[in-house]
Amino acid sequence: MIRGLSLPERQWALALSVALALLGLAMAAAARQGPMAVHGGMALALGLGLIFAVGGALYDGDAPADRAGRYYDDPTRFGIVMTLIWAVIGMGVGVWVAALLYWPEATPLWPWTSFGRLRPVHTTGVIFGFGGNALIATSFHVLQRTSRARLADALSPWVVLIGFNLFCAWAVTGYLMGSTQSKEYAEAEWYADLWLVVVWLIYFALYLRTLARRNEPHIYVANWYYLAFILVVAMLHIVNNLALPVSLAGTKSFTIWAGVQDAMVQWWYGHNAVAFFLTAGFLGMLYYFLPVRSGRPIWSYRLSIVSFWGIVFFYIWVGSHHLHYTALPYWVQTLGMTFSVMLLVPSWASAGNAIATLNGAWHKVRDDATLRFMFVAAVFYGLSTFEGSFLAIRPVNSLSHYTDWTVGHVHSGTLGWVAMIIFGAIYTLVPQYSGRAEMAWPRAVEWHFWLAVSGTLIYVVSLWNAGITQGLMWRAYDQNGALSYSFIDSVRAMAPYYLLRTLGGALFLGGAILCALNTRATMRAAPQGVVTGDHPLAPQPAE
Amino acid sequence: MLRLHYNLEKLSMGLVVAIIIVASIGGAVEIAPLFTIDETVEIPDDLRPHTPLELAGREIYLREGCYACHSQMVRHLADEIDRYGPYSLAAESAWDHPMLWGSKRTGPDIARLGGKYSDAWHVAHLIDPRAVVPASIMPAYPWLTATLDTKNLSAELATLARLGVPYGEALIANAARDALAQSRPESDGADGVRERYGEGVAVRAFDGDPARLTEMDALVAYLQSLGTLTAAARDTVGQEMGQ
Repeated sequence: MIRGLSLPERQWALALSVALALLGLAMAAAARQGPMAVHGGMALALGLGLIFAVGGALYDGDAPADRAGRYYDDPTRFGIVMTLIWAVIGMGVGVWVAALLYWPEATPLWPWTSFGRLRPVHTTGVIFGFGGNALIATSFHVLQRTSRARLADALSPWVVLIGFNLFCAWAVTGYLMGSTQSKEYAEAEWYADLWLVVVWLIYFALYLRTLARRNEPHIYVANWYYLAFILVVAMLHIVNNLALPVSLAGTKSFTIWAGVQDAMVQWWYGHNAVAFFLTAGFLGMLYYFLPVRSGRPIWSYRLSIVSFWGIVFFYIWVGSHHLHYTALPYWVQTLGMTFSVMLLVPSWASAGNAIATLNGAWHKVRDDATLRFMFVAAVFYGLSTFEGSFLAIRPVNSLSHYTDWTVGHVHSGTLGWVAMIIFGAIYTLVPQYSGRAEMAWPRAVEWHFWLAVSGTLIYVVSLWNAGITQGLMWRAYDQNGALSYSFIDSVRAMAPYYLLRTLGGALFLGGAILCALNTRATMRAAPQGVVTGDHPLAPQPAE
Repeated sequence: MLRLHYNLEKLSMGLVVAIIIVASIGGAVEIAPLFTIDETVEIPDDLRPHTPLELAGREIYLREGCYACHSQMVRHLADEIDRYGPYSLAAESAWDHPMLWGSKRTGPDIARLGGKYSDAWHVAHLIDPRAVVPASIMPAYPWLTATLDTKNLSAELATLARLGVPYGEALIANAARDALAQSRPESDGADGVRERYGEGVAVRAFDGDPARLTEMDALVAYLQSLGTLTAAARDTVGQEMGQ
């Protein structure tokens, strides 16, 4: 890692490590106790570790002289490792909390691992830890190839990745200690949020600086999506997390938003986290890795323009469909519903474009589990966007909202679409970086594929049943006009579905663990000297 | 159009600006009016803010992630009104930073929970849910018997006051004292709590032990306050039924 940096970059890295250690020390000293002090300690430890790592290698020979003529993939390799570590943590906690819904007695009698504290560890772990690292890591790869330019500098990708992972670690450890803003998918407290803004600005600057060095006149579609992801996530994150800390030396803050405004801001954020974190970024991934792996160009350039701007424009409106029949003004609910239905057009245009790209390569889909991951991702993307538009229709939502149907819907998108495209990208990149023709254990990729597909289907189908059962039981009246079921009747009816969804989740987790082990084996295996058809880097001026 | 885009995608800053504009329209149209239209939230005259003890309980509710399984938003649907009570009004959460409407009902909605069960029921249920409701899948919270930390309450009320919640100087200054007094009906401060927060405020030893102020006191006080901060919802729905 450090050997790839030039001497001035190493000096900068050392200075930044010292700054991080000092920041951690200041946080710990100011807070003295509680989550902020622990987080200060974590930053201090990380800073000290980096000081030793960088300092120890400060004069270890200069960076390779020919580095300007090669892509810079070390950060992406690191990002892939972090992606898989977070996958195991996030999905592991997910399976555990799913099991707690079936065996609530298994909850230990200490506070840190209670369901309510672990649930955001699962969501943050998989969305930001697993998904976020995968997005950042692949974006560096895609950006360089489609621009035929090396990353603008060698230091800032590390700042972005290490800083982002520190945010994730702060967030999940905070929840265990009981520190949370309670805003769904934005639970991290104010100082972690501020930290993420800094990291994100560096990420955005690196992206633009590298684009400025590109040797292709056009910016490729995948980069439009990655750009939309970076920009709009920044906008959402900042507005939703505006908060007033009780004290600068403490963890607790209050969001500036209240009541109905807070609800609207929260779901404007919440649904667009789905849109721009879990969709736009991953469409960027799809638009690069699917053509590369299948060896086919994107089916329609025009369709990708229409679907890109359609997604950027329509998605922002739809958050209010989370608030049907609530105290939110009716017209806002109606707008949310209308745009949700219209959103199906660009969504299916993207999914269709991806699937049509595979025309002429179906034999590869049959034979290559990696490409099959990407194909299944596109199919689940189409299915879950259809389901999403359907659930946003007001009368349908009256049945589905607050039930496990929503949870099933989310997982059809996250397991079936987001995780599948990530695994497809990882299985494409890891052998390439290791100079090998394929993963160390090719059969394990096949196993992973079927574990992932069966796990997703079991999970989603059981929660469809669970959600519809709940919804129908809650609204059932008997002949005398009284409600047929008490709430606890509906809880009792959930048991078999909760057991099945735990099983589905466990299968999916098993596949992810297999992927992590396979990646480890591949990265450690001796290179075979295979150079896969990488876009050649354009001749670079000397630095 | 295609020609325009052909040129746009050669400019990284052009794409950046276009994305920002296109992605801002929806949010601006939906969110901005909620702040400008007065009718969005009419604050009822009888609405009171949470007492310091209830606020401390609310923070425990956040800390333990209760909102992940319990909504506090009765929708405008017949079966919900029959099951839970009057549908929720925007005004009821007008001073809630953050709102806790929730998104999932693994357990029931609790917007109308206040007064539905006794304090003793809540205490027993939080210590061991299955002792009270055998089929419950709620986790047990035995650690809530810990002593409540009240030293930050004044600062928290002051912060909320800066955000527009009507906590005046007297309420901020007496926050810690009021929290203690609300759980000690016989103490001298009890009248102060009623004076500052209204006669309707429950002043009781919520966990059954007036000698100790515990997290259980705070959480039960909060749960018993749900749906009782204003009578507006009951009145509105009552009027609609009467018509």
